[in-house]
Amino acid sequence: MEKELKVAALRNGTVIDHIPADKLYKVVSILHLDNCEQQITIGNNLDSAKVGKKGIIKISERAFAEDETNKIALIAPFAKINIIRDYQVVEKRPLTLPEEIKEIVQCANPNCITNNQPVTTRFHVMNNEGEIMLKCHYCEREVKRDEVKIR
Amino acid sequence: MKKSKPGLYAPLGVGAFMLIPMSNNNLVSIADYSKEEILAILDSAADFETNPNRKTLDGKVIATLFFEPSTRTRLSFETAVIRLGGSIIGFSDAATSSSSKGETLNDTIHMVSCYADAIVMRHPLEGAARYASEVSPVPIINAGDGANQHPSQTLLDLYSILKTQGTLENLTISLVGDLKYGRTVHSLIMAMSHFHPTFKFIAPDELKMPDEYKVFCKKNNIPFTEVFELADNFNDSDILYMTRVQKERFQDLMEYERVKNVYTLKNSMLENTKPNLRVLHPLPRVTEIDPDVDSNEKAYYFKQAQNGLYVRQAIVSKVLAP
Repeated sequence: MEKELKVAALRNGTVIDHIPADKLYKVVSILHLDNCEQQITIGNNLDSAKVGKKGIIKISERAFAEDETNKIALIAPFAKINIIRDYQVVEKRPLTLPEEIKEIVQCANPNCITNNQPVTTRFHVMNNEGEIMLKCHYCEREVKRDEVKIR
Repeated sequence: MKKSKPGLYAPLGVGAFMLIPMSNNNLVSIADYSKEEILAILDSAADFETNPNRKTLDGKVIATLFFEPSTRTRLSFETAVIRLGGSIIGFSDAATSSSSKGETLNDTIHMVSCYADAIVMRHPLEGAARYASEVSPVPIINAGDGANQHPSQTLLDLYSILKTQGTLENLTISLVGDLKYGRTVHSLIMAMSHFHPTFKFIAPDELKMPDEYKVFCKKNNIPFTEVFELADNFNDSDILYMTRVQKERFQDLMEYERVKNVYTLKNSMLENTKPNLRVLHPLPRVTEIDPDVDSNEKAYYFKQAQNGLYVRQAIVSKVLAP
């Protein structure tokens, strides 16, 4: 019972909920949580009416800048970000896909300069007739949002 | 386009300096140029054609860094610079450069920019020119980055179209051959989008025009049709733009054998075409244009290559303009 309480109650921090179960560890990677020193609770394959099986991440005593959380929008656009202070949700932050995405995506083109030399990746987010595409800033190849490779 | 400024050395402390690349007058992608800039280059090329020998680049040093081989592009850029009184340094084979020792492109560009006023670069990796333009304190001219962009070829294609048709507006252009990987046809579509063209894409299934360029045409209200056969399908065209169907692009070599001759232009196929039709090809050609076409007045590909000289004189002059 005590353990359940520890998981459920977050005094200050950030809760990322409704992450599709298969994207949970990519979110961990994007936010560099593997190098985070704060207490983190990760749950996965929890039942969800919205996304079937979901993941949830609670990070204690940590606030993320909007441009950090917006990176999640690339792979989990319907995830919910709640900012907690004194056990209360003080902000429900909507996810907005940024116009440019740096570092986290790997170009799918093996002949791209970013896959062959020490160059930081940059992608422009585009809407092609309702379909979200990422265009490599360097080799100009486009890839569908669902097919991006996270570094 | 950004305006050219020299690189600056910003002091970091006593004895320490960091090179800060300043904005340059680069030519990386044809999309970097507006319609007005494209037309200004073509005007300038026409001016250079009347008198290609001038001393406007006197005292300037241009580096030609060819990390992969090229005949026409390198020779025409170098001729362009020499005829304008400039000097050339560089290499025509990556094996003779420090990249063969593992030097990064970043380091090569920084080193060369200490010696040269502008860099003309061909590189096998896509995006290499964009990256070079971001780290270089001197202007970068992209002479081809893998299968991505080759903007000077596109500008000389436009100049050839303008010279032969008298206008760039409302032309019907048939693109033939490798429309999937051919960078010249992709760039030509983007550049011609300013001038209300109609396109006909003639290619085998394996080498069809990629969807992203068809989406681009639709977005820009550019009518296009797709057909498989070459013969009799370009009689309404003003320009027939041939490209090489490359064997290495096919997974099934039997398929290559089947289609390679379908895309060979023969002199007899030009009989019922419009009088103003001209045949363009970025060269080198292999089997896709029969030598019997060469003597036809509609064959324009060798003059097209000559036009490259004037267009490249215009490009080099533009990037080095104060």
